[in-house]
Amino acid sequence: MSSSKTRRVVIEPLTRVEGHGKVTLLLDENNRVEQARLHIVEFRGFERFIQGRPFWELPVLVQRLCGICPVSHHLCAAKAVDGIVGAETLTPTGEKMRRLMHYGQIYQSHALHFFHLASPDLLFGFDAPVAKRNVIGVIAEHPDLAVQGVMMRKFGQEVIKATAGKKVHGTGAIPGGINKNLSIEERDFLLKDMDQMVEWSRAAVKIAKDYTLENLDQVASFGSFDSNHLSIVRQDGAMDLYDGNLRAIDSVGEPIIDQVDPLDYLDVIAEEVRPWTYMKFPFLKSVGPEEGWYRVGPLARINTCDFIDTPEAEAARQDFLSLTDGKPSNVTMAYHWTRMIEALHAAEKIQQLLHDADLQGNDLVADFGERREEYVAMLEAPRGTLIHHYKVDENDQVTMANLIVSTTCNNEPMNRTVQRIASDYISGVPEITEGLLNNIEVGIRAYDPCLSCATHALGQMPLEVTLIDHQGALLDRLARPE
Amino acid sequence: MCDRISLTIDGRQIEANPGQTILEAAEEAGVYIPRLCWMKGLSAFGSCRLCTVRVNGRPQSACTQPAAPGMIVENDTEELRQLRRSLIDMLFVEGNHFCMFCEKSGDCELQAQAYRLGITAPQYPFMFPQCELDASHPEIFVDRNRCILCGRCVRASQELDGKHVFGFVGRGPDKRVAVNSESGLAGTDVSVDDQAIAACPTGSLLAKRVGYVVPVGRRRFDHEPIGSEIEPASADE
Repeated sequence: MSSSKTRRVVIEPLTRVEGHGKVTLLLDENNRVEQARLHIVEFRGFERFIQGRPFWELPVLVQRLCGICPVSHHLCAAKAVDGIVGAETLTPTGEKMRRLMHYGQIYQSHALHFFHLASPDLLFGFDAPVAKRNVIGVIAEHPDLAVQGVMMRKFGQEVIKATAGKKVHGTGAIPGGINKNLSIEERDFLLKDMDQMVEWSRAAVKIAKDYTLENLDQVASFGSFDSNHLSIVRQDGAMDLYDGNLRAIDSVGEPIIDQVDPLDYLDVIAEEVRPWTYMKFPFLKSVGPEEGWYRVGPLARINTCDFIDTPEAEAARQDFLSLTDGKPSNVTMAYHWTRMIEALHAAEKIQQLLHDADLQGNDLVADFGERREEYVAMLEAPRGTLIHHYKVDENDQVTMANLIVSTTCNNEPMNRTVQRIASDYISGVPEITEGLLNNIEVGIRAYDPCLSCATHALGQMPLEVTLIDHQGALLDRLARPE
Repeated sequence: MCDRISLTIDGRQIEANPGQTILEAAEEAGVYIPRLCWMKGLSAFGSCRLCTVRVNGRPQSACTQPAAPGMIVENDTEELRQLRRSLIDMLFVEGNHFCMFCEKSGDCELQAQAYRLGITAPQYPFMFPQCELDASHPEIFVDRNRCILCGRCVRASQELDGKHVFGFVGRGPDKRVAVNSESGLAGTDVSVDDQAIAACPTGSLLAKRVGYVVPVGRRRFDHEPIGSEIEPASADE
């Protein structure tokens, strides 16, 4: 029944990203790309099945959304629960232990992405043979880098274990604080590798920078486009990955919103649902769904903040922005460089915190204050801004949850990237090779998407499959029964 | 001393006082017999069957069977370990036990028995029953997803607290722990200090807002398997 001249190319599964997704390209008879879409094919449903659970379970329950950056969900839910029990101002030990956990998380996640997931593309080229373009290839040809990546990730995981009790899915953050401090033994265990970690982070920034500059002709336009950028920032405009208020700027740095309290996020952000993916499309209300979408994550954070409060990362930020005369960068592949600037920032922060005696304090939990039935918390996860919004009833049971995760925020940008790369590299090419298709994956990987996290909603999206020919005529339609 | 009874467990001769059950005598001699529904200070119930041993070749629940002279008891055999694995496995699949976010994890006797017995994955299909969570009380909640019907709360409320807050209703797969108020736990005279709350071996009956206050690594079963407090450390440890 379908037109014999229309071709459908499917890239499935997407490799070296967290979770399951696929890309479909619709090509006309001349191999021109008519349509390119990123589909998320997994389905989680956390927002629905945490309803009815006691609210203090949230930090441990919701982190099961993800095995890569569970700490982000753990801490964001914990911050929301702090608000519910009226204990949003933590003790110094409570807050610093949580921050240490978070910086450990940022560090390990960024190292994992750069060295294990992205480096094969950067080291061997986007169209290198698939047999070589993987982490085993990196181990074979660049064993020092491969080991460095493993050791950096391991260090971040050890920080998480020392603060959360386990490397993955710990229990450290509890309502109003933390359930343990950092022992002298744990501190010294981490400190012995600290200088090496800072040095490797410095080197990683250089690798990412050199790669970008040496390949600027290709990188500058690869999947790139002007966009808005959003993150939380500290009240003085500094990058703060654990706490702050919302700021969004446009592609040239003009402010759209600034210092918006997380509690007011619904005044500035809305989500659009589209029928062909489980992921929603968030946008800034004041700009509208057409133009109000935005990027989050390392690139957005470097663009939105006024400065970074650790010296080496700040110098690296200024170096990065000098390429665009201090204006925001809209280069998609620059995510890699900015990600490594953040890894350096995380290493510097961990180093500072390990020398802070508050971590050995025993005042772990703040006094509870006025009980609330609703609260919203935000933090900056490795992949971008994370929003947790909960309502609880008088029996302490969760009645509503809305989670807007970073990969969801990057949904429209990732689709734009796919469309741009498909148009630039695939369109009109007589033979579509695996290497060409990998260009699309390279573009998606730049965002370090976590597709598992991004598909947490349940029962809100009508599942519909449509088959469309090259003239736009509907050939077939399948819909999930209501 | 002439009143002492002599019996053997797994080939080892032990002594018991008249009236002691096999489980109590074994415990006194440093032999751990796995159990869930039995709890020191409560009357024996004999319902979970995890303490099943062979007495002179016949299966008996060690928590209810009195020790007798000359008994030959088998406890730590592969056959009985396999039986106990099956029992634990059935308890898991009959409820909704999600250890990964349960606040009792690391302190849960059901989970600890599974670890002790080396259960890594269920062998039976999950039943995913629809269970209620009663959070109506300001200080306590009942999550029936995690209830294994051991009856420890029922007996502790009666025998230790002098109340009758909990009881069983229904039969077979519909059996569940009910409370003595139609308006749920909030309508009872239960208190967060009642021994019935502490008696729950799983995360079914918990004080509210305690959660994960004990860090991973300092929980009851984080380092030693359940029963280690009864068994003497082996010579090579």
